[in-house]
Amino acid sequence: MTPEPQVSIKLASNPLYLCGARELVSSVARRLGFADEACCQIALAVDEALANIIRHGYDRRADGPIWVKIYPCDRAGRPICPDTESDPECGGLRIVIEDEARQVDPTSIQSRNLDEIRPGGLGVHIIRQVMDEARYERRADAGMRLILVKRLPAGVPSISSLGSPAARHQQRV
Amino acid sequence: MADSNGLRVQVLELDQATVISPVGDVDLSRSPTLRAHLRDALDAAPHRLVVDLEGVEYMDSSGVATLVEAMQIARRSNTRLVLCGMNQRVRSVFEIARLDRVFLIVPTLDAAMDDDQA
Repeated sequence: MTPEPQVSIKLASNPLYLCGARELVSSVARRLGFADEACCQIALAVDEALANIIRHGYDRRADGPIWVKIYPCDRAGRPICPDTESDPECGGLRIVIEDEARQVDPTSIQSRNLDEIRPGGLGVHIIRQVMDEARYERRADAGMRLILVKRLPAGVPSISSLGSPAARHQQRV
Repeated sequence: MADSNGLRVQVLELDQATVISPVGDVDLSRSPTLRAHLRDALDAAPHRLVVDLEGVEYMDSSGVATLVEAMQIARRSNTRLVLCGMNQRVRSVFEIARLDRVFLIVPTLDAAMDDDQA
């Protein structure tokens, strides 16, 4: 069974609300154990992804839906289900961004040549540089899906008590 | 002066230089405001245009794009474009985009106004 996202928001494709998505993602990442710099970079990657949806997917329409779903995940990037008794250790963050905008061939979404100095076209490059994984997919019904994964560095203490109060009590006993 | 999206941009015109100081996050909602101020300043073809980013906590690629465009315009009009006051968060976006070596970037406004440093 695929776990439900632990945090899920829907926003309109209005650039005004990018700040809210950034703050949310950054705060959740920090709580899950990411250092400040990583939190900033994860927020940047999400911001760039949302901006691309607004500009290119919705052609700057401000009324298109965008969903941002956040899952703690294991080190393989698989969402963790926090209700299991095994109290899985969080190995990172998985963020899924979905829209109902124009569908494109996922393989056509590429970074551009950075040797060419010109405005624009940096979003995909930034996303791929910051995140450990970035995968675009066509949604079955409409729009696109972007799956982002960022792993916690090895050896960094993580928030392992994602499970039930009973599991956390068991840890303390 | 703040636009309706909350980006305040101070413009200071000196003898040989214009200093633009945005205050706030520069993202897709606010980069058009910065772009408009940069273009207005560059229309006057100053000897030097300084963009003081000390008041900018966050910038995404749309903000960077406005500065790239400003750099291209500045080159055509022989205006020296200098960026200063970047925090590490903003600087990292330039580094990821490999633009940190394309722009003239100095630590402070004083350095930006100094002919020997900028």
